[in-house]
Amino acid sequence: MSFLTVQNLYKSFGGNRAVDDVSFALAKGELLALIGPNGAGKSTCFNMLYGILAPDKGSVCLDGRELIGMKPRDIWRLGVGRTFQITAVYASMSVVENVQMALISHHRKTFSAFTRAARLYRDDAMALLNLIGMKDQADRAANILAYGDLKRLELAVAMAHDPALLLMDEPTAGMAPGERRALMKLTADIVAERGVSVLFTEHDMDVVFENAHRVLVLNRGQLLAEGSVDDVRANPAVQEVYLGGGTTFGGDGDHA
Amino acid sequence: MAFYFAQLLTGMANASALFLVASGLSIIFGVTRVVNFSHGSLYMLGAYIAYSSMTVLPGIIGFWASILVAGLAVGLIGMIIEVCVLKPIYKAPELFQLVATFGVILVIQDMALLIWGPEDLFGQRAPGFEGVVEIFGERVPSYDLVLIVLAVVVLIGLWYLFTKTRVGILVRAATQDREMVSALGVNQSVLFSGVFFLGAFLAGIGGAAQLPKGSANLLMDFGILAPIFVVVVTGGMGSIWGAFVAAMLISVLQVYGIRFLPNSTLVLMFIVMAVVLVIRPWGLFGKPEAAGDHGSQGPPPKPFRQLDPSGRIIVAVIIAALTLVPLSGVNFLSVLFADIIIFCLFAASLHYILGVGGLVSFGHAAFYGGGAYVAALFVQYAGTPMELALMLAPLGAGFAALIIGWFCVRLTGVYFAMLTLACAQVLWSIVFQWDEVTGGDDGMLSIWPSAWASEPGVYYYLVLVLGVGGVLVLRAMAHTPFGYALRGTRDSALRTEAIGMNVKLIQWMAFVFAGAMAGLAGGLFVFAKGSVFPTEMEIATSFDALIMVFLGGVQSLTGPIAGASVFTLLQDWLSRFEYWRLLLGLLIIFIAILLPGGLAGAVDQVKALLGRAPKDEAAP
Ligand SMILES: Nc1ncnc2c1ncn2[C@@H]1O[C@H](COP(=O)(O)OP(=O)(O)OP(=O)(O)O)[C@@H](O)[C@H]1O
Ligand SMILES: [Mg+2]
Repeated sequence: MSFLTVQNLYKSFGGNRAVDDVSFALAKGELLALIGPNGAGKSTCFNMLYGILAPDKGSVCLDGRELIGMKPRDIWRLGVGRTFQITAVYASMSVVENVQMALISHHRKTFSAFTRAARLYRDDAMALLNLIGMKDQADRAANILAYGDLKRLELAVAMAHDPALLLMDEPTAGMAPGERRALMKLTADIVAERGVSVLFTEHDMDVVFENAHRVLVLNRGQLLAEGSVDDVRANPAVQEVYLGGGTTFGGDGDHA
Repeated sequence: MAFYFAQLLTGMANASALFLVASGLSIIFGVTRVVNFSHGSLYMLGAYIAYSSMTVLPGIIGFWASILVAGLAVGLIGMIIEVCVLKPIYKAPELFQLVATFGVILVIQDMALLIWGPEDLFGQRAPGFEGVVEIFGERVPSYDLVLIVLAVVVLIGLWYLFTKTRVGILVRAATQDREMVSALGVNQSVLFSGVFFLGAFLAGIGGAAQLPKGSANLLMDFGILAPIFVVVVTGGMGSIWGAFVAAMLISVLQVYGIRFLPNSTLVLMFIVMAVVLVIRPWGLFGKPEAAGDHGSQGPPPKPFRQLDPSGRIIVAVIIAALTLVPLSGVNFLSVLFADIIIFCLFAASLHYILGVGGLVSFGHAAFYGGGAYVAALFVQYAGTPMELALMLAPLGAGFAALIIGWFCVRLTGVYFAMLTLACAQVLWSIVFQWDEVTGGDDGMLSIWPSAWASEPGVYYYLVLVLGVGGVLVLRAMAHTPFGYALRGTRDSALRTEAIGMNVKLIQWMAFVFAGAMAGLAGGLFVFAKGSVFPTEMEIATSFDALIMVFLGGVQSLTGPIAGASVFTLLQDWLSRFEYWRLLLGLLIIFIAILLPGGLAGAVDQVKALLGRAPKDEAAP
């Protein structure tokens, strides 16, 4: 049985059908890439999966539980971590404090009034930073980080509650090509080790083809193709969309 | 039936000025994203200028031309305000614009006092509309009909302007998409000035047109502020139709409401607003996108840090010095310093939601004054001893914050600011209008401390312990997980929800906590003075607290303390001058433009100049 099941998801904005009858499934431990040209509806899908947008129709089941209608914070509690296309971190806190916040929430200490937050779960947070190679930046203010580092910080934050599913919207946008591949490789290793399932979007085809177990191609809100990396690569319809759309395989889709 | 119809007309006539002023505010906000808090002052100026051109220049221009002249003159003044005060700070966080326009209120207040004197000025009646007309046997002042027609004409005029003319369509495009304006080749600077002219013109006409029904007086500015905020929030920011419908709805309901609940006119208004906001959080015709930028502009705030050892020593020295004050034997000093400490607590409590939480409350005096009244009421009616009353003050204020906060935290940015102000004004009006219990305008007297604390010197120590203790608790709370979570909601509400926290709940609880601490300050205040008056809850007191926080620097935990101390001393000194509001107003505008980081920021700048920039990128 699949871990995450998305069935017949629809969403339109005015007359614009951003997501048009999308269904797919994600198995435990799978690294599934959702690709497609700009405006294909990838982020809209993510937002519906995470309770940020209400779909017009459709269902999203995680381990047999319906997620549609739930709030993002409740979906998070079910063990779903999320990173955003435009990074959402706490600019006025240090790097390690950003991670500590997720841990504080995870241990339900948000309303605690008798401890100092800066001391709580600092070691756990440092361990997470170590994992993504940001330990030496732990005490820098988040607002002075390079964009690539912000993306990595978001990953550490999303990993803090030991999620079973990670939703990553363009995890490597804004990074140098070498850095992208390194980060995605790192992500793939981490999730493989912990058995986390990942759904991610990405414009850099090298990154996708190197790491994804399976690929979904979205175009104008509709699923165009689905299958292994090789299948998708060989699919003429997919080539048509990408070549016709001006984006080439391996091209630089950096536009966050 | 006829009677109710006549009442309907009265309500619609009352709505006229409200609609004119509110639509001006709404138009300005729609295009520039600035909530012009001095809009009430423009309304007041409209009345004064119309009065002058009717009486000082008799015969030269008649009644109707005077109204137009007042509108044009006020429009011009609005433009001057835009160019001199707001242009330099459009890029700053929205709080700066709000505070700067508050400075304008003070300046205009004293200018009006200077020019027109303190007396109410009664204008002439409208020629040809002095009498009453009979409608279905009921007598209705004929001028009421003029006002209704005026409102409808202005509504149609604005509708025509915004849908049928090129300029108007450009303005609407600007409202919906600000990037598009420059793409269309419109000079944004001219557009903004023009919009301010139009908005101020409408306020001026509104003030002038109501002159035959009332007077020109110095209370008009704050008097209309709460009602127009209620109208704009209920109707939806930026919507002219919304302003019209809400003004009509509220005024008409009020006219009927007066018959059943004669003393609760503002409360009724609040209930209408509350019902609308529960169903439609962005007002009847408003859209969520029309909200402001939530103060996210400007340089990103720095992380808070615990005080370093030298900072701790400074704090210890200051507290030690404060304990010595009564030993000087000068009672005046004990009184002054007790005031300062109380205001520090008040300002620090506001800073908790404003600086830490990023929620700009314009009604924090509701909880300060609320705490003071809770204590006073218990002392007067239940014979409660001071010690218990001082505990009940924060509880009572916290309870008020629990209810008000539930409504307010549903909104963000300027909507939140206006809603807090409107709610505070409701509490104020209850206290003001409920004479039998609160003494109304005369306040409550003889609320003295217990015998052991009746010496000013001894009471000072009580203030010192509770006040400084309160400030330290607030500070500690900024460093707890809850304080961090609150700061997280300010930095990124999206991330906060995406790590499993409930943003609205956190904001609500912070609002309650800050309200309770303000209530403690109010409780201390009432026993220090022995009395309490509605002024403790009024808009101006809320603004005082805002200015203290703003003066000290929003992004620093020490800021509100410095701001409250400087402000209290400054006011103590300035109030010796007759026109101190003018001076204070100019000072506020000056600070908003020149010292964006407040005193704390200025200290950092000086340090940086001296080559001693803080090393750890952290705010003290
Ligand atoms: N809140 C919204 N209101 C109106 N239209 C929207 C909204 N969000 C997205 N859209 C539209 O829906 C479509 C899909 O957008 P979406 O952001 O999901 O694309 P995407 O695949 O994530 O693209 P990108 O690769 O650029 O991130 C686009 O046409 C976009 O303009
Ligand atoms: Mg996207």
